[in-house]
Parts: sequence; structure tokens; C-alpha cells
Amino acid sequence: MYSVKEPDSGTPLRVHPDSVRLEIDGVSVEVPKGTSVMRAAVEAGVRVPKLCATDSLEAFGSCRLCVVQIDGRRGFPASCTTLVEPGMKVHTQSPAIAKLRRNTMELYISDHPLDCLTCPANGNCELQEMAGVVGLREVRYGYEGDNHLKAEKDESNPYFTFDPTKCIVCSRCVRACEEVQGTFALTVEGRGFGSKIAAGAGNFLSSECVSCGACVQACPTATLMEKSVIDAGQPDHSVVTTCAYCGVGCSFRAEMQGNEVVRMVPNKDGHANHGHSCVKGRFAWGYASHPDRLKLPMIRAKITDPWRSVSWEEAFAYAAGEIKRIQATYGRGSVGGITSSRCTNEETFLVQKLVRAAFGNNNVDTCARVCHSPTGYGLKTTLGESAGTQQFDSVMKADCIVVIGANPPEAHPVFASQMKRRLRQGARLIIIDPRATALVRSAHVEADYHLPLRPGTNVALINAIAHVVVTEGLAREDYIHQRCDVAEYEKWKAFVSLDRNSPEATEAVTGVPAADVRGAARLYGSAGNGAIYYGLGVTEHSQGSTMVMGIANLAMATGNIGRDGVGVNPLRGQNNVQGACDMGSFPHELPGYRHVSDGAVRGLFEGVWGVTLDPEPGLRIPNMFDAAHDGSFRALYVQGEDIVQSDPDTQHVTAAMEAMECVIVQDLFLNETAKYAHVFFPGSSFLEKDGTFTNAERRISRVRKVMPPLTGLADWEITVRFAQALGYSMHYDHPSQIMAEIASLTPTFTGVSYDKIDQLGSVQWPCNDAAPNGTPVMHIDRFIRGKGRFVVTEYVPTEERTSRRFPLLLTTGRILSQYNVGAQTRRTANVTWHDEDVLELHPHDAEQRGIQAGDRVRVESRQGDTTLHVEITERMQPGVVYTTFHHPESGANVVTTENSDWATNCPEYKVTAVQVSLAEAPSTWQRRFGEIEAVQAALVPAPGAK
Amino acid sequence: MNVPKLVKMANQIAAFFEGEPEPAAVLEGIASHLCRFWDPRMRRELLAAVDAGTADGLRPSVHDSLRAHRVRVAPRNGDKQLTEPDIPMAATGH
Repeated sequence: MYSVKEPDSGTPLRVHPDSVRLEIDGVSVEVPKGTSVMRAAVEAGVRVPKLCATDSLEAFGSCRLCVVQIDGRRGFPASCTTLVEPGMKVHTQSPAIAKLRRNTMELYISDHPLDCLTCPANGNCELQEMAGVVGLREVRYGYEGDNHLKAEKDESNPYFTFDPTKCIVCSRCVRACEEVQGTFALTVEGRGFGSKIAAGAGNFLSSECVSCGACVQACPTATLMEKSVIDAGQPDHSVVTTCAYCGVGCSFRAEMQGNEVVRMVPNKDGHANHGHSCVKGRFAWGYASHPDRLKLPMIRAKITDPWRSVSWEEAFAYAAGEIKRIQATYGRGSVGGITSSRCTNEETFLVQKLVRAAFGNNNVDTCARVCHSPTGYGLKTTLGESAGTQQFDSVMKADCIVVIGANPPEAHPVFASQMKRRLRQGARLIIIDPRATALVRSAHVEADYHLPLRPGTNVALINAIAHVVVTEGLAREDYIHQRCDVAEYEKWKAFVSLDRNSPEATEAVTGVPAADVRGAARLYGSAGNGAIYYGLGVTEHSQGSTMVMGIANLAMATGNIGRDGVGVNPLRGQNNVQGACDMGSFPHELPGYRHVSDGAVRGLFEGVWGVTLDPEPGLRIPNMFDAAHDGSFRALYVQGEDIVQSDPDTQHVTAAMEAMECVIVQDLFLNETAKYAHVFFPGSSFLEKDGTFTNAERRISRVRKVMPPLTGLADWEITVRFAQALGYSMHYDHPSQIMAEIASLTPTFTGVSYDKIDQLGSVQWPCNDAAPNGTPVMHIDRFIRGKGRFVVTEYVPTEERTSRRFPLLLTTGRILSQYNVGAQTRRTANVTWHDEDVLELHPHDAEQRGIQAGDRVRVESRQGDTTLHVEITERMQPGVVYTTFHHPESGANVVTTENSDWATNCPEYKVTAVQVSLAEAPSTWQRRFGEIEAVQAALVPAPGAK
Repeated sequence: MNVPKLVKMANQIAAFFEGEPEPAAVLEGIASHLCRFWDPRMRRELLAAVDAGTADGLRPSVHDSLRAHRVRVAPRNGDKQLTEPDIPMAATGH
């Protein structure tokens, strides 16, 4: 339920080509066929009382409060479940209706506590409101009879309570869990008076509940209530902003009391999420005010020195002085910067501008390097643009959904709910993943095919699927000849047709039965609309870029690009991966994906920025580490990215950090990277600044400041001041001016402005004269590059191989409750669900090693070793193990290798040969980590100290 | 820079472009990729290792590509990145 109320039409919007005219309380109204009488009444300006109805859920017809009378019909039909008919005359008020409604309310209230004044929903309770609307004045039955007023409150969930004494069993929570979230965790147990809401056999925490908050949102009373509202009271105003977690980019209303957030509520008008949320965006925002937040800048000469809190001026002067000293000593190319996918477009744009214009080189990179850089390369090469082709809503028109190396219910939960809704409507599903992820089989969803390939064999598998498409006549030759480069197609066709690419030939490599590959290929190839969604299980491989091109090849060959319901859709891990890439964060590209060697493009930027730009590509993140090792790279400015925890081969990374003379970290917390830093600029959370994020569907949404920066400066202001200290002048009064500069320099953004976003709610680029309101679906009539380009994708096995010493393959990923390196979510109650990273192991592999569930095991690779506790699960296939990297002490990246994608250097996180054995104590690295942690913590000044 | 690592990366690039049926396209693909994505110091050190005969294990296609496209692959700025302390710039940005 919204504290700051939004209109509720009672039942969902219907879209139908035919309309129906009817009369409600004498008012003539025309609505789409299939609309409920209740919703038509709202259109006519009449609000029918209701309790079990809300417009995010299908009508249920249980509360009997919305009864109406219809001429020519007997009785009192429920307006929520009655559909409009031509010429219908509806009466929503009459003495008989009023009596019925009062009687109904009387029954509800007879079993409801009369504690309105102390109830957390006071003033925002639909039951309270309806009692007033129907004129309830007495309860004739008394309160002494059987009731539920002593039922036990469930406070197990860290974020909300379930108080059954206040429950009216309207089923809105149950239906929200089913229809909106798709988890089916809640049910109505019992019948009649004994019926009650139940979360499985135990409490909410032990149930299947994923804490998305949809039930809390749907509840019309205080039965399901946020603990933050219970603690703080009702909010007094709200601000629409964008979630700072995953690449879905959900729109939220930050509901506030003054400068304090009371709760985050998903925005019904949000174009990416349509009023839904997940446990992170909805509840895990407390990190923004966590005591670990550092609010003063700090400097130190050596990483073994104590930090010294200083003024902003001193911090900027020191950092700038060090950069200048190092450049004077070691050369212009000896310094660089890293932008973050967690920061806004404007902040990211400024960091790359600072590096290119003030540092005078192109040594700027972004954390997308280690996740979706192959997407940029692969889609640009084949389709002409480094971005996904669709909007999220497109999935509702897909007939066959292919999910490759992605786990949407864990990593992109709100989009997963939409996808599951489409699957429940009958869309077919193919999962390509080494693990049996939740989508393979869950409530009312079952994949038609799960192709559990061996890690590292993606390209062999996509070639096999393409082989079937081409050799069985499933290729759309008409589409290809009209839209693609035919010569390249013929070359590719000849390649994938080779016997060595057949499912039978590749079975030995991939481990996937040929018959399943053929079945899946036929299903996708013959579907009306085939849509591919993929994640880091595609990109984080030595052939990540090749696989992205393989996917694009397949989509073009089957004509599945250029309309609703189809497409190639990268699911971006962090909130602004797409935006960070768009903003010119890569060392070879200026904003808008234009190569630095293009003199005309450079000239455009040089004219506005007033500098000469370097025409050579700069260092990528892994290259920066290598250059630090050889002494040619000595200083780094890192904004909002924890490279020490997130990048592979930790010991190589930390040695590189130790080799640098000046590391400047800008972050909310003293993260792992900051332990190797000499300057710390305290950053601001998404609640403290204005800007924009661009989500996985190229949707640019506003981030709005709901409170002042705790440190006094928003992140964009820090970069501006740092540039000024370096002698390079930047002048902006507000991030909207930065966006204006971006728009003036970037052809795909020329129509983007804060005014446009405010007017439309959000906008998907390209947004320019050709598409003033943005572009939901790309490549409609022609590919951005002109003709779609097929690329030969030869399978090249990774150099990371299993052996007798390292017989298992480790692959890494993430889970629902934690986000990336966990810096934010570990500082929230989300640790309730995941307080340590564990190793998932197949029962067979566990038995062979004498390992029991919960045992501590040593995970050793050629690179290093760590220890983790074990979870034994048949989600894994034999020979493959899995872990996450949300907790720094786990040391997952101590084990991963420095292998990387051939085209982009994106690390091969997904394939590491390991051995697993029982361990009695933490690893040497983990013990050392603990020591460093303690030493560094002691070097931070106490709050208030100088 | 670590020469064995540069050799490994160059070999990976070569392995991809060797999928091209036309030999000239293989050499062009490798050279173009190095120019577009490798920082000058990486290209410089790979070329130096090739010249010194220390690029052990470098695939023949990379050798051929560097021979055919040497001028393009060699950094345009010479040693500027490492030796020049600064570049003239007008402090008049926006």
C-alpha cells in the first residue's frame, strides 16, 4: 500500500481494439472491451468501495464490498469481476447497496482490533477508509465471540511483519505473490472462519518467500507492514528515483519524512518494473546511512601510514599534486582512472573527461570491462550498436525464450517475474547453463530444454544450434537476403554447416546430448518470436565476444531481430553498466562508442573541451595492473568500484596496487581497494545526488536527490573539483548541464534532456531527431550498421583445463539477496539470507571426497587457494562447482585466473580448474586478509578525530 | 609489460581471426585489432620482443600480420607515453 497515495482503478487496464459504451450512475463512459465495471466506474469519475481489489491484480470478487446493481440483472454483482457490456446501466449507490456494504464491513470489523490510533497504518488503511466510506457506526455482534485477535505476529522477516490479527483474508498478498512475483509462496489455509494466510509450513523467513515486498505493497491493512514504517511512522512526501542495484533499473518512490527515508516503494508508473520490486531495491537501502560510511576526505603518503582526515581542499590539492608529480616523473601515460557502473551517467562522463582532458591520455576503463565488454564488442560488430535490441516488455510477446548463462530470478528478479508471467501464459523456454538454475523448474515454470553444458563450451554449443537451424532449413533466407550482408552469411553458413559443428560432433565437447540440442534448435528456430536473454555466463569467458557474436548470428539467421517479442538481450549486472559504456568509459572509445582514432570525432570533443586528445587507445583494467607491475603505470583514480575484491587473480591485483604510488579511491566505504589507497574521497549514495542511470534496455531514468550529500559534495562535484585542482576547468551548476553536454556530443543522445525525461518518465536511446521519444526496439527496418554482419565463430577451447591435480571446474555467480562485492547489501539485513559465500558441490563429487554438507573445504586452483563451507546440491552437474563473490574474506578471486576474453580482456571468471578437499582452517591468504583488515581498520581515524 | 602475457593475448586474437578463410583478412584482422584495442606500450613491447626474437610461442599468423602491417601497428607517438611528462593543454574546458 502506498503511503503517499496513488490512484487505484481496482482492476488492471485492458487493451482491446473494440470499445464498449455503458452508463454508470447516469454518466456515459466508453472503455476497452474486457474492462471491469469497477474500472469503468473510475473512468466515469465514480469510486466504488473495495477491499480485495487493486489494479495490480486480477479481480477476485471475495470482499463483497464493491457490489452494484445493474438494470435487468438480479441481485448485487461484484463490480470487480463483472465485465462491461454495451448499453449496461450500472448503479453504484442505493439504500440496498449501502446496507449490504455496511453489513459486510460490520463483519470484518467484528474480528479486527480497534487500535487504529496506535496502528502503524493509521491514516493509510483501506479498511479504516472503507469503514468511513460505507458509514459504519456500530458492530452489533460485539467482540467477544470467536476471533483471531490473539493470533501470533510473525516478525521473522527482517523487513516486514505479518500480523494476522489485522488480516481480512482478502488474498491480495497471495495473489501478488502469484501474479506479480510468480513465487507462489503464500496460500490461504483452511476454510471459512478458519481460513488464514500462511507462508508455507513455518514462518515467512523459513518459507519460499523472496521478500520482494509485493505482498506488503498489496496489503490493504497493517497486516503486512514494513518495520521501517512501524518504527518511523507514515511518510509525508515522496520523490521518484531509480534503484541503484541491478540493470533492471526499477523506478521507486522514496517515501520520506524530511530528509529521512522511511521506505522505498516501487513506482506503478515505472517503465521497467511496473510497480514491482525485489528484496534489494525495496528494502536494502539502509547501507546509505550505515555507520561505516566515511564522511571526511583522507590522505596518507604510504599505505602503511595512518589515514589523516583533511579538508576537501587539502585532499584535492594532494591528489592533484601526486598525479602531476607522477606524470612529470614517469610520463603522461603513467596514470589513469576507472569509472563505475554504480555511478550516474553524468559522473561517469566526467571521470572519462577528466582522464582524457586533464590526465591527457585514454587510460580510462570501467567495471563493465569485467562483465559486459564482450557485449559491446560483439553486438557492435554484428548489429552495429553496443546495446540490447529490445525493451523488457517485449518479453510478453515472445513465443520461445532462450536464457543463456543468466539467472534472472537471482540477478534480475523483477524482470524474471515478468518473464515468468509470460511463461505461465505458455511461452516455451530453453535454458543453457551448467547449473540447474531456478528457471529450469520452479512454481508453474518448467523449461522445455535445459542444456547443461560444460563451462567454457558456449561457442561449440551455439555453433551446434546454428548448424541445426541452417541444415534443417530453419534459416529465414528472405530476411537474411533483405537485411544482412549475404556474402558474410554464406561464409558463416558454410562454416556452421560443417560436420564438426553438428550436435553429434560437439556432444563430446559440450556434454549436452545431441538430441536435446536438435530439439532446442528446432524449438527456437521455428518459434514465431524467439527471444534470447543472456548474462555473464556468456561474456566472462576467453571466447566471450565470440559467443556474443554467435548469439547475434543465430538471431539474424532466424529473423529474430527488429520487432517486439524477439531480439538479443544482454542482462546487465549493475545498474548503470549500459550507461557507463555509453558515456565513453572504455579506453578506445569516446562517448557514443566512437573510436579515439577518429580525427573528426576527436575534433568535436576537442572543440568543446578545449584540449588536444590522444588518438591512441589507453590501458584496459587488466593492462593497468600489468603496467603497474612493470612500473609504467603508477597512479589510479577509482570511482565507485572495488577492483581488489571484484577482479580476478586477487594476488596479482594487490601486488599491482602495492606497486602504485598514488591510488585515489572515491567510495561510500573503505572498501578492499581503499586498503591500498593514498587518497580517499568519500562518495555519496544514490539518494544524495541528481543524475541518470541507463538500464539494460537502454532506458535513461532520473536519479533524484532526496537528501543532501552526507559528505557535503555529490560525486559529480568531487570530480569537478579534482579536475580544477589539476588545472583543468570544469563548470557545471547541476548534472542537467552535464547531460546537455553529453547530448551535444553524442548522436544517439541529442534528444535527451532532463526535461524530456521528466516529461516522458524515462526514455530509451537512441533519442534524437529521428526518434524524439526514444527507441524501444532497435534495428526495426535495418541494422544500425546497415547490413547485419554474420561472423565466423570458430570454437577455441580455453587454456584453462582440468587435470588430475585440478579435476573440477569452478564457475562463479551471484545470489538474490547480495549485490556484486556486497559493499552495500552486506551492510543491510540481507545478510539474514546470505552471510557467507559457500561452495556448491554435486553429491557425487562430495561423496568421492568424503565431504558432508557444511564442511569447510579447500578450493585450490593453479592461481591460489581459499576455503569455503560446502552446500551439497543437485543444482550442480558432477565435475562442476560454484560459488559467489559477495564477501571479501571468501577470496573467490584468489582462485580465479587471469585468463580473459580474446577481444576485450574480460576475465574468464566462469572457468577455473580446481580441486576441492576437506580443510580444517582458513587458508593462508584468508589469515593474511584478516591481518590486513585489522591493520587497515586501525589506521582509520576515529569519528571526529583529525 | 609481461611479454609472455602479451604473446598469449596476441595468440588468442590470432586464433579468432584465423577462422577467416582469406589469409589477407586474417592478417588484417589481427593488426586492426591490435591497433584499435592495445595501448601503445603493449604494441611497442610486442614488436620489440618480436624484433629481439624473444616472443616465444607467438603464432605464425601474428608474425605475418606484424610484418605486413608494421607501420600501422607501431605506436604513432613513439615513446611519448613513457617519456614526455605532459602535453600542452588549454585549461579552458567546460
